[in-house]
Amino acid sequence: MNAPLSSPHLPVRPTVAGLMRRVLIAMIPGTAAMVICFGIGVLVNLLVALLAALATEAVLLRLRQRPLQPFITDWTAVLTAALFALALPPLAPWWLTALGAAIAIALGKQLYGGLGQNPFNPAMVGYVVVLISFPTELTYWTQQPVGIGASLQAQFGAAGPALLDGLTGATPLDALRSGLAQEQLVDEAIGGLAGRWGWAWINGGFLLGGLYLVVKRDISWRIPLAVLAGMGLTALLFWLIDSDRYASPWFHWSSGAAMLGAFFIATDPVSGATTPRGKLIFGAGIGVLVYVIRSWGGYPDGMAFAVLLMNLTVPLLDAHTQPRVYGR
Amino acid sequence: MSTAMQAQWQFPGGLHLDAHKLDAPIRDARLPTQLIVPVSQHIGQPAKVMVEIGQRVLGGQMLAAAEGYVSTPVHAATSGRVVAIEDRPVPHPSGLAATCVVIETDSLDEQVPADPADGFALDATDLRNRVRQAGVVGLGGAAFPSFIKLNPGSNVVETLVLNGAECEPYISCDQALMAAQPDAILQGARLLLHALGAQHCLFGVEDNKPEAIAALQAAADALGDERIRIVTVPTRYPQGGEKQLIQTLTGREVPSHGLPLDIGIVCHNPGTALAVWKAVMQGRALTQRVVTITGPGVAEPCNLRVHIGTPVSELLEQAGGLIDPDARLIMGGPMMGFALASAQVPIIKATNCILALRPEDLRPDTPAMPCIRCGACADVCPAGLLPQQLYWHAKAQEFDKTQDYKLFDCIECGCCAQVCPSHIPLVQYYRHAKTEIWADERARRKADVARQRHETRLARLEREEAEKKAAREAKKAALRARAEQQAAQEAQPGAAAQTDKPADDPVAAAIARAKAKGQAGKSESRPPADDESAS
Repeated sequence: MNAPLSSPHLPVRPTVAGLMRRVLIAMIPGTAAMVICFGIGVLVNLLVALLAALATEAVLLRLRQRPLQPFITDWTAVLTAALFALALPPLAPWWLTALGAAIAIALGKQLYGGLGQNPFNPAMVGYVVVLISFPTELTYWTQQPVGIGASLQAQFGAAGPALLDGLTGATPLDALRSGLAQEQLVDEAIGGLAGRWGWAWINGGFLLGGLYLVVKRDISWRIPLAVLAGMGLTALLFWLIDSDRYASPWFHWSSGAAMLGAFFIATDPVSGATTPRGKLIFGAGIGVLVYVIRSWGGYPDGMAFAVLLMNLTVPLLDAHTQPRVYGR
Repeated sequence: MSTAMQAQWQFPGGLHLDAHKLDAPIRDARLPTQLIVPVSQHIGQPAKVMVEIGQRVLGGQMLAAAEGYVSTPVHAATSGRVVAIEDRPVPHPSGLAATCVVIETDSLDEQVPADPADGFALDATDLRNRVRQAGVVGLGGAAFPSFIKLNPGSNVVETLVLNGAECEPYISCDQALMAAQPDAILQGARLLLHALGAQHCLFGVEDNKPEAIAALQAAADALGDERIRIVTVPTRYPQGGEKQLIQTLTGREVPSHGLPLDIGIVCHNPGTALAVWKAVMQGRALTQRVVTITGPGVAEPCNLRVHIGTPVSELLEQAGGLIDPDARLIMGGPMMGFALASAQVPIIKATNCILALRPEDLRPDTPAMPCIRCGACADVCPAGLLPQQLYWHAKAQEFDKTQDYKLFDCIECGCCAQVCPSHIPLVQYYRHAKTEIWADERARRKADVARQRHETRLARLEREEAEKKAAREAKKAALRARAEQQAAQEAQPGAAAQTDKPADDPVAAAIARAKAKGQAGKSESRPPADDESAS
């Protein structure tokens, strides 16, 4: 239905591909911080995920008898791959990365009808599948940068368990979780933890890039603000009740996938709420759920589950949060 | 000199568009060689042609008279001879032809004698009549008859809003007019206040027209009329939408499906104010208007004072011609204007701009990407709608759902389509949905009427059947009565002898027959009262 004779007549500047590219560019500071803190493994994850995602996208488009263009160059698969790769531990084996990225594109996106049709965040679908299927590999986080050789050995299956044990270490969220489980106080659990500041820098990097997107109006301010407020206010409440057993809002904001999630994952337009009030509720729900899962759930971080659970509520949120129409 | 007020409120959504405004004074267009004057230039009834082929007409002479309420006369812009009264292509989105009076002009430009009056001494009715007889319609683009908007009926009008926002890119005719003739426009505003009995006039102009604002403010200072205020409004499309400008100027919203009049406001265009002033004070009909001829497709963009009825092609020549023969001609602005089928159509009262856009200036004809639900459309919608949801439902032909999402509050400004990263022609979907719903409603109304008619007919047939039956029974009863009477007579010979007598009397027998017939016929011929009302 493209009869270009009717108004408006002017060319349209924004494009889907342009939007996706700007989001990818905004991920550079946070990604750079991850590379500095964890080593080359982060880039390997990105590369493997990217190749697997694009290959899967091409195959699935072909199977669905859809044209490769413009979909293969719209950068959406690249963005999905990047979000998935950045959620993985830096020493994740290559096959896991490839499998997860392929699942993200195939099950998370193309089988629902491709671009614009998926009810769930594809990157998080891929992440949750590998998280549940391969829990051990998903703990291959490190506390300091790993050398190129060791990283490649670990990721391409040439490292024995001894080497892996030596390289990997607990993240702050892991440490908090296991510490509290052993009746430690918050300060004892995460006090002198190596890598604590690294995570703060990483989250700071994603915050910076995210604010750039907000200023450029590429993403709405509502979802990130609501995620961080939902997470922060819940954390504040429990921290005020008992600061020995509950970590501070600052800790939650600067750990794990807080900023990556708030600015880059929760703001996926396709699977998120679209109305102004709906976005606030959607974001706040994610923030609260992340805190709940981190504090009382079965996983150290909860961004993926929180996003997918709130994706479920989107049709309801959108239907019941229509804005007031002019003159009504 | 005082400075213009700043608007205190703002409307939600909207867009900042590149203005592409022309900063050129108005020059007079050449006398056209031919005038093509459509007798219908706005919604409502077409005017009735009052001239004949071969007749010589003067400038300002009425060519067609108003017929019906929503109707205004049309006039010849200059002198010449009527050469045809026939269907010609007219500027309309449909591209259809309609009745036009075609005049070969002479170069004499003879005008009918003017009939000036002191408008401030006239009462509102006389003022309205003069405005109507001069053929004045809204010059902002919709061309709604102005006299109707000067007739508030039982409503009280507090505020007159003059809409000098001119928010669409490229169009600069109002801007040029406000800079050139601020005094006459403000005098026109005073006349409008007088006609409406209104107390205030808020004159909104976008802040990207500093010359117009300065000229108007200077004129307002010189006039010293406390009721008139020049207000600077932010440059933001669609600021010139009536509802949006009212919100910016007063902070109030026109009720959905209502009129500004419902909240005591009437809105006019500055060009209309000037036309009203000319119509009343100078006694001149509306035969000229300012038109912007612009766009990257013309050699010398300009603002021309044009004789209404001039073919677009003659004006393009005066703007240096088309640079690109493939340029698309648009009447109105790039956001809401419509493409012209040819340059042979005439300028009508509603024509504020002829825009020539080269193919590279246009929205490319590439297929749209799928909607990614980003919601950019909702952020810019000045009506507070959810364009994306409207799109999904319109696309799925779920037209009742589009009405749940208030489709008919859409003003078709095009902001949503302009920010859509997937390049979906959203407004087209809404127009399509509206058309389908209107067609459905028409069909339903038609079906309702047909059903009602059918039911009425069935009821009538049933009633007639019942009446016939009743008549038959009455007749039977009468016959039975007579038979019984006869039987009784035969049974009583003595009495029979008596009754034989009257039987021999033909007069008495006739009376008896007529009585029996009259009783039976009474119910048959009398139509029940409700039958008349139903038929």
